Amino acid sequence: MGQQSNLKRFWRHGDALWEALLVALALAFLVLVLHIGWMLWQDSELSRRAFGWRFLIPTAISHWNPAKGLFQAWPSIYGTLVTSLVAIVLAVPISIGIAIFLAEICPPWLRLPLNYLVEMLAAVPSVVYGLWGIFVFLPAVAVSAGNFLAATLGKVPGLMALFHGPIPTSGLSRLGASFILTIMIIPTIAAVSRDVFLAIPREQREAALALGATHWEVIWDVLIPYGASGFLGAIILGLGRALGETMAVTMVIGNSVEGSYSLLRPGYTMASIIANEFAEAVKALHSSALMEIGLILFGITLLVNVMARILVWRVSSRVPGR
Amino acid sequence: MGGVRFEHRYTYRKAVNIIMLSTTGLLTLLALIPLFWVTGYVIVKGGRYLDLDFFTRLPAPLGQPGGGVLHAIEGSILIVALATLFSAPAGVLIGYYAARHPNTPLGMGVRFATDVLSGVPSIVVGLFVYGVVVVRLHTFSVLAGGVALAIIMLPTVIRSTEEMVKLVPPSLREAALALGAPEWRTAISVVLPAALEGIVTGVILGVARAAGETAPLLFTTLGNDNFEVIRLAKLAIGVGASPWEIARLILTQPVDALPLTLWKYSQQPYPERVNQAWAIALVLMMLVLGLNLMARVWLAYRRRR
Repeated sequence: MGQQSNLKRFWRHGDALWEALLVALALAFLVLVLHIGWMLWQDSELSRRAFGWRFLIPTAISHWNPAKGLFQAWPSIYGTLVTSLVAIVLAVPISIGIAIFLAEICPPWLRLPLNYLVEMLAAVPSVVYGLWGIFVFLPAVAVSAGNFLAATLGKVPGLMALFHGPIPTSGLSRLGASFILTIMIIPTIAAVSRDVFLAIPREQREAALALGATHWEVIWDVLIPYGASGFLGAIILGLGRALGETMAVTMVIGNSVEGSYSLLRPGYTMASIIANEFAEAVKALHSSALMEIGLILFGITLLVNVMARILVWRVSSRVPGR
Repeated sequence: MGGVRFEHRYTYRKAVNIIMLSTTGLLTLLALIPLFWVTGYVIVKGGRYLDLDFFTRLPAPLGQPGGGVLHAIEGSILIVALATLFSAPAGVLIGYYAARHPNTPLGMGVRFATDVLSGVPSIVVGLFVYGVVVVRLHTFSVLAGGVALAIIMLPTVIRSTEEMVKLVPPSLREAALALGAPEWRTAISVVLPAALEGIVTGVILGVARAAGETAPLLFTTLGNDNFEVIRLAKLAIGVGASPWEIARLILTQPVDALPLTLWKYSQQPYPERVNQAWAIALVLMMLVLGLNLMARVWLAYRRRR
């Protein structure tokens, strides 16, 4: 009897329906995310069957030719890896510097506006960076940087393959793409690193100061080691953004496959080759190969992001003594 | 002697301190240069080509001056509105669920999936929506674009809702339940309104991000120079279509959006088109940065009260 009236109240109030709605939506969301991977896997079947593992392994840098039915992911994987790595190398010192300034040094009245500005840097749409890159930034900066690199590092025997010129006069090149990526990932790395600094307990700083350390020594010898895995997470998060960035890179990398590994020459990234060719891919094998590149990109960014989250979690959950 | 060395070392340490601390300030300035450079350039260059025609006319034939991007403005509004409609209610409820059940398998699954989805490159989302929507409808469409941008917005909405709901004091919820309100009523009338400012901020930030996205639209909306809602509606009314049919007609058209048009124009050899690309960039920057600023100012204002 009491059982029945409980059940009645439960239904009349609509809580069962509400709970069911929430669970259904949450499940649908999980299915959506899983379905992205599943759909890419299915639609790339033709290409996976035709090429197998050969699709992935490093081969000649020019092995992408839709007209001849020649599809290998290596040229675009190489482009993605090299542009992202160069961007990370350039962005990390700058971003950590910004994070230190924002979290540790900057006077309070300046903190809020600076935080806004860094966030604005992240909010500028990718196409706008691309447009500015093509017409302003590449001709002004990338070309001279490229010529300088070709004249210096390009003459060093071991590095010749990576830095041989000449850079195109338009500046459209892997180097140009790396520069634009650098600008785009700085806010990500800086913002996460700033939060890592802010999560470090005050006692850590006070203890070091009490031992006579200078402000810089506190930061360099105490805070950075303490938050190391958090900073690593921030960097990997930035890497994730660089790997998947599409429009700005598509606009400045030149989109061509030529037989060169040089940073100063045009190339492709995984994202840019999809953006550039998918709409025009009439042959089933061509679009399937692009789907497989999408699948690889999905897999890599998934891995990278999960790793970064775990690292950042570890710092923010480790707050001893409180 | 040792004292002198110590003195020397102290000066050295002080010097390092000052040099490194000022370096961080300089690096901050360095990173902001591109922001000012882009913004300044876009304002100067884009402002020159922004006029009334830009907002009210369809594109001029290739190579001719004049014309506007009305088609892309209407397209952007439609796609982003549709995306918000799809993602905001669902995202808020999913975020609410994740906040209320942080330690159940489904709750953790949702949080994990949110992290994963926010890291998925937008071009991959475009491929996905091409596969599930465009292929099935046999046409590039407003609808497909809306779905694609909704997927882009979802993580932002879910995460901000989750964080904000967690900040609502449990006593508020318990008070409502103690008064006999059912769980759903408590959520809709007490908990979510208490977290409203944060949720709205999250939605606005999601809209700002979606409005500037190009990659997910490349193979979902494709582009359409002649898209004009009023003309389409008039055409449909002319042949006696019902409102449902008109909506269907409009939603299944290929369509342009501002970022997509910007990208296309930037690739064309006609200077008129490139100039208009700069004008679009200005509109987009104002829209995106304006929305961002609005979200933050509003949040700060509400917090202070």
